[in-house]
Amino acid sequence: METYYHPHDLTKFADMGKGNKELWDKFITYYEAVFADGALTEREKALIALGVAHAVQCPYCIDAYTQTCLEKGSNVEEMTEATHVACAIRGGSSLIHGVQMRNVAEKLSM
Amino acid sequence: MGLTLLSRRDPLASASDQLAKLRSIGACPPFGQKMAHAGMSPLHATGITVFQVNVGKFCNQACRHCHVDAGPEREEQMTRETAELCIAALSRTDIPTVDITGGAPELNRNFRWLVEQARGLGRHVMDRCNLSVLQLAPQADLADFLARNNVEVVASLPYFRSSQTDAQRGEGVFDKSIRGLQILNELGYGHEGSGLALNLVHNPTGAFLPARQDAIEAQFRRELLKHHGVVFNNLYTITNMPISRFLEFLIQSGNYEGYMERLANAFNPAAAAGVMCRFTISVGWEGTLYDCDFNQMLELPVTGNAPQHIRDFDPARLGLREIVTANHCYGCTAGAGSTCGGAVA
Repeated sequence: METYYHPHDLTKFADMGKGNKELWDKFITYYEAVFADGALTEREKALIALGVAHAVQCPYCIDAYTQTCLEKGSNVEEMTEATHVACAIRGGSSLIHGVQMRNVAEKLSM
Repeated sequence: MGLTLLSRRDPLASASDQLAKLRSIGACPPFGQKMAHAGMSPLHATGITVFQVNVGKFCNQACRHCHVDAGPEREEQMTRETAELCIAALSRTDIPTVDITGGAPELNRNFRWLVEQARGLGRHVMDRCNLSVLQLAPQADLADFLARNNVEVVASLPYFRSSQTDAQRGEGVFDKSIRGLQILNELGYGHEGSGLALNLVHNPTGAFLPARQDAIEAQFRRELLKHHGVVFNNLYTITNMPISRFLEFLIQSGNYEGYMERLANAFNPAAAAGVMCRFTISVGWEGTLYDCDFNQMLELPVTGNAPQHIRDFDPARLGLREIVTANHCYGCTAGAGSTCGGAVA
């Protein structure tokens, strides 16, 4: 069945360099620097990436960073908690907009 | 149902069936071609500094990833006669390290004799220990024996949590392993300055590569001390080899192609240069010589130009032999590499 997403497209990510190599090279240099050990470890950064991947609901990122997290030594319990963090922020983000709803409702109501 | 491929009469119990499966690796180039591209073919030994003896396939555990297809049902055991040939061969060399593996090597009736003889020759001895063996009633004095003979213990512990460890090694194995480590710690093993080395082996609990050795070692150190009061010297990461029961897992779980691709894509020439077969000779339970324990399980003996049996052991000729490779060798050359002593690159 035709779908917009294909798992094998994940391995073609570098094809994005074909349209503009200079921008791709800059992106990759930056990307690799972001995920290198720093104030946070590679493992911690991979867990953050996994949470963000769920927040932006990118199946490619979820696939890639599930494997990366395992290969950095994380376990499914930690990865599940990272997903809940994404879920909590997304949920909280919806809920905080409820204040706007309440403000509008308050203004309109007697 | 039996625990081993052999007892289940699974076709993968046969080395030739495994090799046939390993020839099919999709779009990945064969290992030999990859090595040739890297200018590393043929691969040659650089001498022998490790004399690895696999004393048999009997084991009190039956781990899901075992490359030996070891288990309680296996009966292959090195005899005293073959063990004597090993010691005789060793005595004619200055190979510094004897690495004893299995199965659970301690359950071979010649294990202690082998250890004492090798130590008597002044060699460093390593025991690849599954930890639970230390708590078997007939082995109550095993830890003392190892300490008395200053044997380095290389202990399997895939993860610092029970769920992952038990999923790979069997229900309840994590708790037994922790108790085994505590017994060793009580004797001084793993403590700085004790002279008793306790090193752990971490291998992934699934179809993925191991974590960076220094990073996961720090995690293990923190978690084992915090939750169990356990200390150790070093942690080695070892990649799961796509052979035997791990190969069965890969096929059954639909991970075979993806895992082989992952290994091939992570090929690292620096890791290939440091593979352990270049400085190791592996002796099988029946005395046949192999480049490594993995080739041993695939029944790929050393090249025909070199002596094939321990009775004909010739370190000069074996030390320069051409290494026999096949696609499973991608397991030792992926990422930071994988040897019995951990990552190499």
